[in-house]
Amino acid sequence: MTADKTMTADEAVARLSSGMTLGIGGWGSRRKPMALVRALLRSPVTDLTVVSFGGPDVGLLAAAGRIRKLVAAFATLDSIPLEPHFRAARQRGELELTELDEAMLMWGLTAAAHRLPFLPVRAGLGSDVMRVNPGLRTVTSPYADGEELVAVPALTLDAALVHLNRADRSGNAQYLGPDPYFDDLFCEAAREAYVSCERIVEGGEFAAAGAPQTLLVQRHCVAGVVEAPGGAHFTSCVPDYERDEAFQAAYAKAAADPEEWREFTGHFLSGDEAGYRSAVAAFAEEWA
Amino acid sequence: MNADRAEICVVACAEAWRGSGEVLASPMGVIPTIGARLARLTFAPELLLTDGEALLMGDVPALGSASRVTEGWLPYRRHLALVAGGRRHVMMGASQLDRHGNQNISCIGDWKRPARQLLGVRGAPANTLNNPTSYWIPRHSPRVLVERVDMVSGVGYDRAAAAGPSATRFHRIVRVVTDLAVLDFETPDRTMRVRSLHPGVSADELRDATGFPLDVPDGVPRTRTPSAAELRLIREVVDPAGLRDREVRR
Repeated sequence: MTADKTMTADEAVARLSSGMTLGIGGWGSRRKPMALVRALLRSPVTDLTVVSFGGPDVGLLAAAGRIRKLVAAFATLDSIPLEPHFRAARQRGELELTELDEAMLMWGLTAAAHRLPFLPVRAGLGSDVMRVNPGLRTVTSPYADGEELVAVPALTLDAALVHLNRADRSGNAQYLGPDPYFDDLFCEAAREAYVSCERIVEGGEFAAAGAPQTLLVQRHCVAGVVEAPGGAHFTSCVPDYERDEAFQAAYAKAAADPEEWREFTGHFLSGDEAGYRSAVAAFAEEWA
Repeated sequence: MNADRAEICVVACAEAWRGSGEVLASPMGVIPTIGARLARLTFAPELLLTDGEALLMGDVPALGSASRVTEGWLPYRRHLALVAGGRRHVMMGASQLDRHGNQNISCIGDWKRPARQLLGVRGAPANTLNNPTSYWIPRHSPRVLVERVDMVSGVGYDRAAAAGPSATRFHRIVRVVTDLAVLDFETPDRTMRVRSLHPGVSADELRDATGFPLDVPDGVPRTRTPSAAELRLIREVVDPAGLRDREVRR
């Protein structure tokens, strides 16, 4: 009998503390753990170093002033190329950024998961990634080729937040869409991982939903499981739901104007997750 | 049938993938996407194409239509591995591009506090060092074709050479396709040259639209026009909705 790790989003976030290095799964505006991010916004946790293939997770946290430093290769809403809050925070000079190539981010997380100090990659050489990250070092191959490569430092995380389609109570989690993104890697690179999911299932149900390789995250790296239906909203969580493009467009529009953004946060983000869901349902009806 | 500028650009993009081999064609932008699909339907059936997410398409659907045949799985982790292995030819956009082929998609102005934050470097540093890279510039202007880019995201020939043999080992910029011309780096010093001018574009027009001195030799070829069969494929099969006209002015 394995431990029951189920908890609420607020309970999960209560285990985080200010100043932590936090990895956030998903990619762009796809399968982001938005319910956990919303819980984070309700908490006092701040001064975070955030590692993310960035989307509105980065946008919301940056807009709320919770990010001290961002480690990323981009922040995008996919169908809207530029994440408006990320853009504004950078243009105000408020966001400290470690700008890496996408592959560097992957290898930095992999190094952390493998407990290595760094991994060598070709990416970065010759680019201004080396200029804006003066701490990056190169390493010379000890073999006959003698190649000089970038030593991507391990991106060890204090905690990771990810959202998957299904999970059991002990923390095994399953993705049912076409792309796992790097959610397993985020969990393995973190001291503790919190997994939210569309639906908590009994272990026996996994096999009916997908082949064994869809079991992306294993319980040994998971500290908490949160059932959060619609927990990736407004990002996509296929096959459960597509991105809510109308809502995302409203988010981006509001983000462009401080007054509208105050209204948006007052309307959607001032209450709990149930409040968010009913406000979104009302929004959807208005748009139907 | 007379081809318009967008259709000429589609074919110029398609031509970039000619002879690339059995590799993933990664087009970014509407015209390159149409170009890659046209190449696969005609002279480069061996190309691999994604649906824009994690699946490799076994068919060639029209833009905006779903693929019905999946021939492979390419989630981001495998896509990044594919880049490093080099079996890919990407055509990226560029907010700025210089004569050496250095590209910027990250930000405009001082990186510490940019005047305009753009996408971030994304995968451009890895792309340019690992697999053949081309660029698509839908609006050739001195603001895009610049003397010096603000943040080197994609690595050009001079920067790769300065970074050493690990950087040059797999570095190759194949082609730059713009709405005015096709350019490449097939010069002794690996700086940009005009490969062909699109029909209707004058040498002066091209020079004026370029933010660095660009030699346009007399007798520079004209970009080839699409064949009747290619035009039919573009108009009826790949882009019946005419999305190409939103990216390139008529």
